[in-house]
Amino acid sequence: MAQLELTCIRCPMGCTLRVTLEIGAVTAVEGNRCRRGAEYAATEAVHPVRTVTTSVRAVGGTRPVVSVKTVPEVPKDRIFDVMAAIRGLTATAPVHIGDVLLRDAAGTGASIVVTAELEKR
Amino acid sequence: MTTHDIVIVGAGPAGLAAAIGAREAGAQDILLLERDGEPGGILNQCIHNGFGLHTFNEELTGPEYARRYIDRVNELGIPIQTGTTVLDISPDRVLTCTSRENGFEQIRAGAVILCMGCRERPRGAMDIPGSRPAGIYSAGTAQRLMNIDGFMPGKEVFIMGSGNIGLIMARRLTLEGAVVKGVCNRSAYSSGLKRNVVQCLDDFGIPLMVRHTVTEIHGRDRLEGVTVSEVGEDKKPIPGTEQYISCDTLLFSVGLLPENELSEQAGVELDAVTGGPTVDDRLATSVPGVFACGNVLHVHDLVDFVSEEAARAGAAAARFVRGETVSSGRRVSLRGRNGVRYSVPQSVDPDTMPEELTVRFRVADQYLGCYLSCYVDGVRVSHKKKRIMTPGEMEAFVLRREMLGNDAREVVFCVEEA
Ligand SMILES: Cc1cc2nc3c(=O)[nH]c(=O)nc-3n(C[C@H](O)[C@H](O)[C@H](O)COP(=O)(O)OP(=O)(O)OC[C@H]3O[C@@H](n4cnc5c(N)ncnc54)[C@H](O)[C@@H]3O)c2cc1C
Ligand code: SF4
Repeated sequence: MAQLELTCIRCPMGCTLRVTLEIGAVTAVEGNRCRRGAEYAATEAVHPVRTVTTSVRAVGGTRPVVSVKTVPEVPKDRIFDVMAAIRGLTATAPVHIGDVLLRDAAGTGASIVVTAELEKR
Repeated sequence: MTTHDIVIVGAGPAGLAAAIGAREAGAQDILLLERDGEPGGILNQCIHNGFGLHTFNEELTGPEYARRYIDRVNELGIPIQTGTTVLDISPDRVLTCTSRENGFEQIRAGAVILCMGCRERPRGAMDIPGSRPAGIYSAGTAQRLMNIDGFMPGKEVFIMGSGNIGLIMARRLTLEGAVVKGVCNRSAYSSGLKRNVVQCLDDFGIPLMVRHTVTEIHGRDRLEGVTVSEVGEDKKPIPGTEQYISCDTLLFSVGLLPENELSEQAGVELDAVTGGPTVDDRLATSVPGVFACGNVLHVHDLVDFVSEEAARAGAAAARFVRGETVSSGRRVSLRGRNGVRYSVPQSVDPDTMPEELTVRFRVADQYLGCYLSCYVDGVRVSHKKKRIMTPGEMEAFVLRREMLGNDAREVVFCVEEA
C-alpha cells in the first residue's frame, strides 16, 4: 500500500488529493470536493503522462529554431530523457506542421513532431 | 488612398477569426494588416500545448492553433499584408500605415476591427530599488528569445509574478537545462491556471513563494541575485524577512495591458478597468464603424474565447458596411460591482441583442462558496453558488434577452456571500 499527494487540476479549487494505491491501482481518494478529483487521481496517480513541447535547431530557415512536441504524451518521469534525445536533433528547412523528426524518442514510443511552419530562407 | 470595406488591425488569433467571421457573414473586400513578418500574433511564441480544447476538442500548441486560422484565411483568399504597422486611425476611419514595401500609405475603411492584442506591464512601473544590470527580462520577451530566436536567456533564474507566462517559462527554462530557483507572487495564490502551477512548477519541484516579492536587485553589469521578502496583509514587504537568492536572470510576469494607443487616436472610449474599448453586444466601440475584439478589448486566458468573440466582431462589421445595423437606440448598461471588476460588453441593445449573450468579466479576489448574482434595475434575476471564483480565471454569465423585459436600464453583476 502506498500513499500519495496530488493537486487536482480540473478546476481552480486545486484540492489536495490524498491517494491510496494498492498493487498499482487507486483504492481510495480523499480530499476531493467532487467526483472529478477522483477521476483525475485514477490516472494521474498511476500513470502520469505529459506532452513535452520544446524547440530544435533549424538550418536554412527563416528562424534558427522550430517548435516540436511529443506524440503521444510521454511518462512524466521520462521527460528529461526525451529532452536529451530531442537536443541532438536538427531540422532542415523547409519543415511543416506534422513532420516527424524522430520516432520512438528515448524508447518511449513517442514521436517528435514539428508544430510550426518554417520556410526556406 | 486605397479603400476597403473592412480593415483589420493585427493578424493574431483575434484578427484572423474576425476576418473569417466577416467573410462568412458576406463581406467581400477585407484586408488584414500585421506589423510582424508573419501572421499568428503572440501564438507564434507560445509553443506549449493547451490551445483549442474548447474549439477543436484537442490540445494544440500555439503555432498549430494559429495555422488552422491562417490556412482558412488563405483558403478564403483574404489578403494579409504583413510587415505593416498602423500608426494612426482617424475617427472617420482613415488608417495611416507604414511598411518597407509601400512606405507610408493611407487606407480608407468602411469598418475597422481593432485586434492589436496586449503587451506586458513594464518592470519600470514596479519600483524595485537597486541597479539595472543585464539579465532582466519580461517573461514574454524571454519566451520570444527562446522560442523564436533560439537564444537562452540565462542559467539560474528567478521569476517574479506567477501569471501564466511566468509559469510556462519556468518549465521551459528548466527543460532547457536552467535552474529555476523559485517563482514569487505578492498575493496568497497564483494568478495562473491551476494546471500550469502543477505541470510547470510542481512537476519540477520549483518552489512557488506566495506572499513574497522582489525587494532588491543586485549586480552591476550582469544580474547577480535578488532579495526576496515576505509581504504582509497590507501588501508591503515585512522588514526582517529578506532572503538573498543568487541568479543571473530575473523574469517578471506581472500582467498584461491591452494595447490601445491607436484606439485612443480614433477617439474610442476606453474602460478604466479593462484598459480596452467599451463595446456593446455587437463589439462596436463608441466610434461608429470601429469594432474591437481579443486581448485589445480585455485580457483573455483562453484563445478559444478570443476566436469566438472575434468571429462575432467580424460578422457585426460585415453587417455595418452593408448598412444593416438596425438599432432601436435603446441601451442597457452592464456593470460589475462588489467583487466583479467589470463587464464586457459594457452595454447591450435590448431589442437587437441575441436571444442569449455570453457576458465575460473577472472578479477582484478569490471567493470560496460565494454567489454570483445578476440584478436588473435592482431586481435579482439570477443567483448562483460558485465553489470558487478567482481573478486568474475569467467568469462568464449567459444573459438572456427575456431577463431585460421592456424597459430595463441597468444590469449589475456582483459577488454575494449568501
Ligand atoms: C505568453 C502567453 C501564453 C498564453 N498561453 C495560453 C494558453 O496556454 N492557452 C490559451 O488558450 N491561451 C493562451 N494565451 C492567450 C492567447 O494567446 C491570447 O489570448 C491570444 O493570443 C490573443 O489574441 P489577439 O489576437 O487578441 O492578440 P495577439 O496574439 O497579441 O495578436 C495581436 C497582433 O496585432 C499585431 N499588432 C499590434 N499592433 C499593431 C499595429 N499598430 N499595426 C499592425 N499590427 C499590430 C501584433 O503584431 C500581433 O500580431 C497566452 C498568451 C500569452 C501572452
Ligand atoms: S476535486 Fe473537484 S473541486 Fe477539487 S479541484 Fe478537482 S475538480 Fe475542483
